[in-house]
Formats: sequence, C-alpha cells, structure tokens
Amino acid sequence: MTKQKKKSEILYFALRNNRLRVGLAVVLFFLVLTFVGPLFTEYSPDDYVGPSAQPPSPEYWFGTTTFGQDVFTQFVLGLKATFLVGVVGGGLGTLIGVLVGFIAGYQGGIVDEILNTLTNIVLVIPTLAILLIIAAYLEVRGILTESIFIGCTAWPWAARAIRAQTFSLRSRDFVDLARMSGMKPRKIIFTEIAPNMMSYLFMTFILQFGGAILIAATLDFIGLGPTRGISLGLMMNNAVLWSALHLGMWWWFIPPGVAITAIVGALYVMNVGLDEVFNPKLREM
Amino acid sequence: MRRYFGRKLLIYMLTFFLAVTIDWLIPRFMPGNPVQTLLGRADLHAEAAEVMYGYYTRAFGLDVSIWQQYLNFWKALFHGDLGTSVFLFPMPVLEAIKNAIPYDIFLLLPAILLSWFAGNKFGAFAARRKWLDNTVLPLGYILTATPYMWLGLLLAWALGIVLDVFPISGAYSYAMVPSFSWAFIKSLLTHWFLPFASIFMVKFGGWAIGMRNMIIYELEADYSHYLEALGAPRKLIRKYAFRNAILPQITGLALDLGVIVAGALATEIVFSYPGIGYLILQAIQNQDYFLLQGCFLFIIIGVLLANFAIDIAYVLVDPRTRMGMQGEAA
Repeated sequence: MTKQKKKSEILYFALRNNRLRVGLAVVLFFLVLTFVGPLFTEYSPDDYVGPSAQPPSPEYWFGTTTFGQDVFTQFVLGLKATFLVGVVGGGLGTLIGVLVGFIAGYQGGIVDEILNTLTNIVLVIPTLAILLIIAAYLEVRGILTESIFIGCTAWPWAARAIRAQTFSLRSRDFVDLARMSGMKPRKIIFTEIAPNMMSYLFMTFILQFGGAILIAATLDFIGLGPTRGISLGLMMNNAVLWSALHLGMWWWFIPPGVAITAIVGALYVMNVGLDEVFNPKLREM
Repeated sequence: MRRYFGRKLLIYMLTFFLAVTIDWLIPRFMPGNPVQTLLGRADLHAEAAEVMYGYYTRAFGLDVSIWQQYLNFWKALFHGDLGTSVFLFPMPVLEAIKNAIPYDIFLLLPAILLSWFAGNKFGAFAARRKWLDNTVLPLGYILTATPYMWLGLLLAWALGIVLDVFPISGAYSYAMVPSFSWAFIKSLLTHWFLPFASIFMVKFGGWAIGMRNMIIYELEADYSHYLEALGAPRKLIRKYAFRNAILPQITGLALDLGVIVAGALATEIVFSYPGIGYLILQAIQNQDYFLLQGCFLFIIIGVLLANFAIDIAYVLVDPRTRMGMQGEAA
C-alpha cells in the first residue's frame, strides 16, 4: 500500500469514528470558549464586581462568589490555565517518557537496567506527594512552574509503555538492516522506529494531557496551586474554603468540575476512537 | 520467585531511600533559607520570631555540617522522631499521623478493593454486549475523568445539603464521644459512606473500562478464535479471556495507587474526614512543615506496603512468576 493511500484510509476511518468525533468536538468547544470567552467579560478574575453570592443571571452568567467576583470570568480564565497545564505538563511528560523509553528500549543492557530501575522508582512514588512537598516550599508558584513539575513526575508509565514497544520493534528485519548499513542509533530511532509508533506516541500524549489536568486540579484544590492567577481547581478550593456547599452556592463549584470532567473525559473517549482508527482489529464489526 | 521478590524489594528500598532523601533535601535546597521563609510567612512579633528562629534552626539541625545533618535525619527517623507539630503543639508529628491512619485504612481499603472487584466484573460483563457497551461505558469514561473532589462535592451537595440524608463533615457526629455502641457505629458508617462512595465511583468507572478493553483484546487473540473454531461454549471462552485480562489489571492496580491516594486526600478534604489528607490541608494552612513532611513519608510507606501486597497477590495468581519464568510484572 502506498503511503498516500494509507493516509487517506486513516482519515476515512477517523472522520467516521463517532467516539473520535464526539471527543474532538467537546475538546474543541472548550478550546474555543477559552479564546472567545474573555471577550465577553470586562472584569478580571479577582475584581469585586457586584453583589455577593448572586445566582446566575443575565448580568452575571455564572453568578458571583461570596466576595462578588464574577464566576464566568474566573471560569474562562481557569480554562486557559487548564489547557496550559495540559499542553506543557502533558507535553513534557510525553517528551521525557519517549526519550527514556526509546533509549532504554533500543540500547538494552546496562543502560536499560538503570533507566528501568529509575522508571520503576518514580512510578511507585505517588506523584502528588512529591508535588505537595515541592509546592509547599515554593514561595511564589505560577501555572507554568506547576506544569513543569507535573511533567517531570508524570512520565514513568509512558516510558514503560514506549520501552516495551521499542523493544519489540528493535529486532525487526528493517531495523537490523538499518543497523547493518551503518546507520547511527539516533537516526535509527527517529527514522526507523519512531515513525512506526507515531499513533502510539500521539495517544500517549493525549493520556498525559488528561492526567496532567487532573493532577493540577487536585493540587490546586488542596491549596498548593498557583499563588497568582486563577484555575479551575483553585475555584473549587475557594468554594470549599468559603463554604459554598453549606450556603448552597452550587454555581460556584459546579462549572469548574463540569469543564474538567468534560475535557478529560472527551480526551479519553478520543483516545479510544483513535485506537480503533489505527488498529483495524478493534473497529466495530 | 526469589529473583522476582528480590528485584521488587530492591526497588522498594531504593524508593524509600530516595523518598527520605527528597524529604530531607527539599527544605534545605529550595531557594532561600527555609527558616526565614517559614518565619516570614508566619507574621510574628519580633521577639517571638527570634525564639522561633532558634527553634527551627535547631529542629532542622542546620548548625552542623551538611553530611552530619543527613545522617542525623536518618537517625531521628529510625527513632520514630519526625519532629513536633507546630499547629497541634506539643503533639509529636508521629502521634498526629497515628491518629489519622485508622481513618485512612477504614476509608481506602474497602473503596480500592471493592471498586476493583466490581469494576472488573462489570467491565468483563459489558464487553462485546452492544447495549451495555453503548450506554454504560460512556458513563464509565465520564466517571474516570471526574476529579475525585468534584464528585465528592456533588454528592455532598445533592445527598447532604439538598436531600439532607447523609452528614457531610467529620468521621462521626461532633456531639458524640467515641464508644463501642450501636449509635456510634451508625454515626461512623453514615459519615463514612459519602467519601467512600465518591472514591468508589470514580475508580469503578476506570476499572470497568480497562477490563472491557482488555477482554476485547483477549477475545480477538488466537487462542480465543481457536477455541471458537473447536466449538467451545462462549462462556468458557470468556472465562479464559477474563483470566488473562485480570493480570494487567492487577499490575494496573499497583500503578494506580499513587493516583488513588491523591484522590483520597482530596476527598477527605471535601468531607473534613480526619485522615492524612485532612491533616495535610491543616498542615498547609498552618504552615506546619514538619507535619507535612511526616505525612509525605507515611504516604510513601503506605504505597510501598500496598505495592508489596499486590506483588504477593500477583505471584498467587500468575503461575509464570512462581515457576521462575518472567511474568508480566517482572
């Protein structure tokens, strides 16, 4: 099959896969909201703009907090933080995982042994516990710093999975051939092995993206989120701290959770859809 | 088998060593003087600050060489000395954690095990059954993508505030003194139910989906097709598929522990459930760093012990590891 034909076949199945379509639509919806939303509000998230504890109304779409901050403003700006954490944290996690996985899987021997032990160690330590202790001692925390720390601790399972894949590709004929023709290991990895697991790498990124968002939300909720700015987890943290629950101010804590659940859930569903597109065995019969 | 356990134990020991080192390292090598940072935030009077400065410097043991500090840290650790809590003064950190741990076990053990069993059974049942596959599994994806604390908030709001059927705060009624009576046990259980339910539901979704996907892979495997060609009953094929699919799910449980712990911490905060998670929240709010570091160590120890228990379970389930062959988790 020619490359061109294979591409169009994947596109054919991708466009007809309902899971992929639904997932993508939800993610795109929130992405658009992230960029368009701020145009509909003239406030900044910490401004005291109106009467306190108002339920949603035409004037304050998502209501106001106990302090009279506009929940809609906080929501759309929190979305931005969520996507930022996903892209940076998820991206970094994937990158480290891919590098460690490729090197360990391709080199084998002592290098593999060391990297694998390291992976297993970081895998056992609960990510949140480490982030907790780091974040507690940082005086000023930004969303970007948070994302970088999340990325640096989220890579192990990706490394493990990619290592196993590389391992199985390493002994294939075409890789042997490349090796015999004197190709450098780095070139073999990037021109022979990586293209054969592109779909896998992409799916790893999607899962890391969702995972980073969830970890950031938990961290923010515990109160170790960004010290400046707003995020969806921080909104929930504030809502609980100022007893939105007991006061019945549902508009304060429901929107951020809906957004996180919808985005991460859509990413997971997308992932299954992609799996079906790339793997003919899984397509609906 | 000895090789399998030897390897695992080595990893766990290295992990513990690394965790303790991180615990020691971070306060000392973060930018700035940790003592100054702590005092700067505490907003104290000048005199109090001076006393506190002396206390913290001694407590951190900053007045000796760096290697001596590291050795002292380990020595103190083996004596069970994790420092004194500032916010629960003069309670030692170890004591505070000891009080919290029973609640964690009471909450987490049933939530993790039951969700794992129920999720796997259900996922295996739903696989390749069109109707269930299309209705319940999307729900599973939503559940597993839900942040634990948000589901907790929703349950607390719906069942605790709006319908007012469950209490939403504490481990038992504040009006009660712990005793061995039916009223107290009932109070304990009603307070336990909502945090348990939120952890259970999130994890249930995750396991069900994982199992469903595994079963589909297994049903497409050669041995399944072979059995089918032989005319084996569908039920038997599914049984074999389940047995093969359960192995990665056991490994998955070990890999997922860290995430579950994180979720449990957040859930405890929502319900003011007095486990380690709630303790951590209080430690953060009161700038109680020894307490925070102690909690960190105990989370690591708990996760390591749980991992070891899962390793043993794996050996019992997978004969390959017993025979000295390389099993999946090796």
